Amino acid sequence: MLKPGEFYQRDREWHPPAYAPDYKTSVSRSPKYSLISLENTASEITGPVFGHNDIDPIDNDLLSNYAKPGESPIGERIILHGRVLDENGRPVLNTLVEIWQANAGGRYRHKKDTYLAPIDPNFGGCGRTLTDENGYYYFRTVKPGAYPWRNWVNNWRPAHIHMSIFGTAFAQRLITQCYFEGDPLIARCPIVNTIPDPEAIERLVAPLDLNATIPLDSIAYKFDVVLRGRRSTLFENRLEGN
Amino acid sequence: MPQKLDYLKETPSQTAGPYVHIGLAPGAAGFDIYRQELGWDIAGPNAEGERIRVEGIVIDGTGSPVKDVMLEAWQANSKGVYAHPEHPGEVEEGFRGWGRVITDFETGEWGFDTVKPGPVPGRSGTMMAPHINLWIVARGINVGLNTRLYFSDEAEANAADPVINLIEWENRRQTLIARRMDRDGQIVYRFDIRLQGENETVFFDI
Repeated sequence: MLKPGEFYQRDREWHPPAYAPDYKTSVSRSPKYSLISLENTASEITGPVFGHNDIDPIDNDLLSNYAKPGESPIGERIILHGRVLDENGRPVLNTLVEIWQANAGGRYRHKKDTYLAPIDPNFGGCGRTLTDENGYYYFRTVKPGAYPWRNWVNNWRPAHIHMSIFGTAFAQRLITQCYFEGDPLIARCPIVNTIPDPEAIERLVAPLDLNATIPLDSIAYKFDVVLRGRRSTLFENRLEGN
Repeated sequence: MPQKLDYLKETPSQTAGPYVHIGLAPGAAGFDIYRQELGWDIAGPNAEGERIRVEGIVIDGTGSPVKDVMLEAWQANSKGVYAHPEHPGEVEEGFRGWGRVITDFETGEWGFDTVKPGPVPGRSGTMMAPHINLWIVARGINVGLNTRLYFSDEAEANAADPVINLIEWENRRQTLIARRMDRDGQIVYRFDIRLQGENETVFFDI
């Protein structure tokens, strides 16, 4: 019988490097020494498990999870949906997906954000859900606005939604950002461009998904996430080697 | 041309940014939205073993505290069992072994309460010294950083730990050892994390 084993090593040339000087904050926050490569132990192939008692059904609906009764946030109503898969192409089931974002004007509901665009009284800006038995998730929200940030004098973040995904193991833990097809700011963003491979950047751009729109209601974007895959072993599920 | 391998590529990481709290700890961002936020109780009320507090600060390469960092902790219970279906053994009801830790926005200090984990089986029949796995994200950190916190009162187990012994430079191993102290009867471990510079913490590619 095949049993799950270690995770495939992370491709560090595909991910952004720690030190990426055009994203200035990374300069003093990047370790100088090499990471110590660790073969997986029980500490890495396990990770927290979440269930439906941890969250509420409304948590994935950013159009209503902070809105006053009968009201809704300003902005373009969108559905953000997709699947969480592993590198073997298998769906990752019942895994926690959390998102956060600015409102349609590009303002975050955060005590440290002082951008002059207004707070939307009906928009919190966060959501969470568990993938279903096919690894599928969806959120309803508004499309976030672009906003300026301090890096060079004139930097603007492309519209984006932050996403946190767990998988089944601490080794799969991932935070990333989802961008939207057709945004001219993507190619100009120093944070996007920390990723060296243009093909890797494309993986973070959600295409318009007309099939998933709700006519006369919400437009849809599809964003699939891939987490690290695992070896299958014919042997006893015991991790060997040093 | 050979056939194509049909593996998918992992989604590339991006920084959690300065407003990670909105999504993962909205109370700290300044608003109340969920019935319950996740990750505030690592061990739960029924956990056996020694109750401890862990405190620290994350310091950047200029020597300044990092005030917008978020850490996640992942640990076994006092018997060395992870709350995960693939790990043999039982954990106490309510023990998740996972938690979220954010810093004070003014000082950068952080802390969490838990129980001290037990030793965990390593590879090839070895035992790993008690440790807490940490994952660190923040603005300016492009891929979350993994490290491990070990305990100063476990000198013998630490000396035999197969992961600590992978670190070729013996003087760097001490960056993973949290210092135990007694504060008015409460056991506190101090664990400062240096992202860069003198005594840079050892980070792992797991």
